[in-house]
Amino acid sequence: RSRRGGTGRDRGDTGSAMDAPSAGLGGADPQLQRFIEVETQKQRFQQLVHQMTELCWEKCMDKPGPKLDSRAETCFVNCVERFIDTSQFILNRLEQTQKSKSAFSESLSD
Amino acid sequence: GMESGFGSDFGSGGGGGGKLDPGLIMEQVKVQIAVANAQELLQRMTDKCFRKCIGKPGGALDNSEQVRTGGRSGDPRPPSSGQPLRLCVPQKCIAMCMDRYMDSWNTVSRAYNSRLQRERANM
Repeated sequence: RSRRGGTGRDRGDTGSAMDAPSAGLGGADPQLQRFIEVETQKQRFQQLVHQMTELCWEKCMDKPGPKLDSRAETCFVNCVERFIDTSQFILNRLEQTQKSKSAFSESLSD
Repeated sequence: GMESGFGSDFGSGGGGGGKLDPGLIMEQVKVQIAVANAQELLQRMTDKCFRKCIGKPGGALDNSEQVRTGGRSGDPRPPSSGQPLRLCVPQKCIAMCMDRYMDSWNTVSRAYNSRLQRERANM
């Protein structure tokens, strides 16, 4: 059974994700630098698939049967969407609360 | 060309003399990444399927051969090929769980990919 994943295909991050610049890695070789960028992105994708599969399994899989039924499949798809929504919401709200003068950064520096 | 910061020796495209062939390095890195991903998958799958299939774990039976792969008293060597593994676990449950985990992984991968493409289209 072959596994579909990020291999060979370029994937990006969702929304306002914080992209770590890979400048500096790979030195002066643009080919190596590009390779590192691409592989890093692919790995981010893979890691998230691992993480979401684990989380959504808990929510969507009751008793493993002879095949993945359509209800479970729908559940997984919804779960992915909600996870990404949650992730984006958290990022956005953190950004906002940091921008506004009050609470966040002040409470952190206590 | 393949000039790089590694040194002036190399870039001969696999001919002699190159100390560090970036093509080779890239291939090796890809292999290592693939291995790491396989290990990650294995670890999580094992965790989930243990939880699904193993209730309160039974202890070793009187006959200690039941919990060893060899099946021969005190012999830790794995059985020769062709013999079924005598492991004290519900093998069908685990096998089914493994398949469903792979199905789930693939479903999640597709769903995530779709979402990413939708995000890009909206930018």
